[in-house]
Amino acid sequence: MLERRSEVSRVLLVAAPFIAVAFTLLASSLLVAWAGAPVGRAYALLLEGGFGSRFALTETLTRATPLMLTGLAAAVAFRARLFNIGAEGQLYLGALAAVAVGGFDIAPWLLMPAMLVAAMLAGALLLLGPALLKSRFGVDEVVTTLLANFIVLLFVSAMLDGPMKDPAAMGWPQTVALPDGLQFGKLIERSRVHTGLLLALALALGLWALLRFTTLGFEIRAVGANPRAAAFAGMPVTATMVKVALLSGALAGLAGAVEVAGRTGYVTLDMSPGYGYGGIVIAMLAGLNPLAVVAASVFVAGIQVGADSMSRAVTVPTYIADVIVAVALLSMLVATLLAQYRLRFAPRPRSER
Amino acid sequence: MSAAWLDQLASLPFWIAVLRIATPLILGTLGVLLCERAGVLNLGIEGIMVAGAFAGWLVVYQGGGLWCGVLAAALVGALIGALHALFTVLLGLSQHVAGLGITLLATSLASFAYRVSFPKVDSPPTIEPFAPMSALPVPVLNAQTPLTLLALVLVPLLAWLLYRTPLGLALRMVGENPAAAEGQGLSVARLRSGAVIAGSALMGVAGAFLTLSAFNAFYFNMVNGRGWVCVALVVFASWRPGKALLGALLFGFFDALQLRLQEGALVPYQFYLMLPYLMAIVALVVVARRAAYPQALMKPYRKGER
Repeated sequence: MLERRSEVSRVLLVAAPFIAVAFTLLASSLLVAWAGAPVGRAYALLLEGGFGSRFALTETLTRATPLMLTGLAAAVAFRARLFNIGAEGQLYLGALAAVAVGGFDIAPWLLMPAMLVAAMLAGALLLLGPALLKSRFGVDEVVTTLLANFIVLLFVSAMLDGPMKDPAAMGWPQTVALPDGLQFGKLIERSRVHTGLLLALALALGLWALLRFTTLGFEIRAVGANPRAAAFAGMPVTATMVKVALLSGALAGLAGAVEVAGRTGYVTLDMSPGYGYGGIVIAMLAGLNPLAVVAASVFVAGIQVGADSMSRAVTVPTYIADVIVAVALLSMLVATLLAQYRLRFAPRPRSER
Repeated sequence: MSAAWLDQLASLPFWIAVLRIATPLILGTLGVLLCERAGVLNLGIEGIMVAGAFAGWLVVYQGGGLWCGVLAAALVGALIGALHALFTVLLGLSQHVAGLGITLLATSLASFAYRVSFPKVDSPPTIEPFAPMSALPVPVLNAQTPLTLLALVLVPLLAWLLYRTPLGLALRMVGENPAAAEGQGLSVARLRSGAVIAGSALMGVAGAFLTLSAFNAFYFNMVNGRGWVCVALVVFASWRPGKALLGALLFGFFDALQLRLQEGALVPYQFYLMLPYLMAIVALVVVARRAAYPQALMKPYRKGER
């Protein structure tokens, strides 16, 4: 049924995201119609709500910032075939670490880097466990990182009820706010876009360069492409896996700190509407390319912000955003595959082979 | 305190709770087991359980019988399973990524459908769930619903299918060595797709247990990681139905125990809630060294390609 193309179709490879998005919009319009809304108007509202005004664009960029970081975390891990599904937990632990360090009594100029490093360390160490279990004992990291998300959320919940609870929060389970000096500045006036966006963009560029130009980047790609061949070529497979885990966990942990310092100011149990899981989708949409992660996260954030605003105007539940993202992911996978394979329904006659 | 939990172990309600908690895990784990024995990882389970829970509940809410609800959940599960089979078996996409995509799709579709059907409700609409089989003369079991009995019957049934029938041999063969199976004239694509569809139907029923038996309404986060636990339990069970039952009961035991330890405890309740998840990870580590994965698990098979 599938036949490998003798040459990967470059045209199809470039067109794949557009074909996937077109198919997604078509498929989702059925749901919009089912919800009883005029399809054209609903999509216009979604587009306008996500990208159509200064307010819409800045809200989209604000939401895209943590998604970029979790998207990068997933992209670098998946490149090495370390399936880190635990970015959600790493984000929360990073956020918690940021707030904990933010309360330290050290030199003010040291506090900001200390806060960011603490968040990165928290995320990195959290992923180090599953990565070591994978390389030492062969324990599937998908399951362990998924289960770790539940454990971390319960831990955060315990902390917000107990030692890290803000006594002034009228009983709400939230931490104390970061001191003003630790909160990120605004990047665009009269909006919520903060300097964390610059950090995310710089890291995307840095990660792209790392994967492309450095030895570690080469090792990551080699280990991901074929771990046995990489080991045979004398590459340190386990060490590479550990480095990838530290890098990926650190990026996800940083996403937590960036959210706290840039947007919320403190940690709550609902500070992330699934940024960690969203990052996986974004990495896949971007074909695991760090620069494409930037575009993919703006796309996903725009859909989510747009869906929020659309559902206030017409009777379409906001869950349409998740449906759109899921369909986009799956159709993107298929479209990329079809650039490498062609469908053939009837087998070729034997004489032609 | 130590005496308190010993008392628990001697009490009937405790063991009733263990079996009740274990039921969806038994069904889900058998579903994952069937898929993986044929060589396909199905991370769609979490979403399929949500969809099954919703579909089963909706049919009953609309006036259908309880067993119609179970059937609907199985059908929805099978349908989503067919999609997973299309992606992973026929197209040979990454089983990890396709599974996560399926989970996201099924979860969001179920949530979307729920919101479209019930735009504004203050409290979730309820149904009359399955009643316990109180006529049965077996203690603990007579406090359970027929779905628990179904789960328990399915364990030896699946074991018989896998180890005592030609179909079972063929299924295990495509999970171990698809090229050899193809050489024997077996259709890898058909066997794998069938296993994924049937396994996903079981996952749908596992979800329906939550809305039709354990609770009486549909909540957004009601599956809450149970699907992922099933994926872990299959490894713990070394892909054997009997051990899967054991693993599910063990998990139910810890979950029931932590609920009862919370009362009057010194440690925050969240740490008790962590116990079952931690136990799943520990179990994975313990068995990992001698885990005999189906050899072709997660490896797509394309005819004539190596």
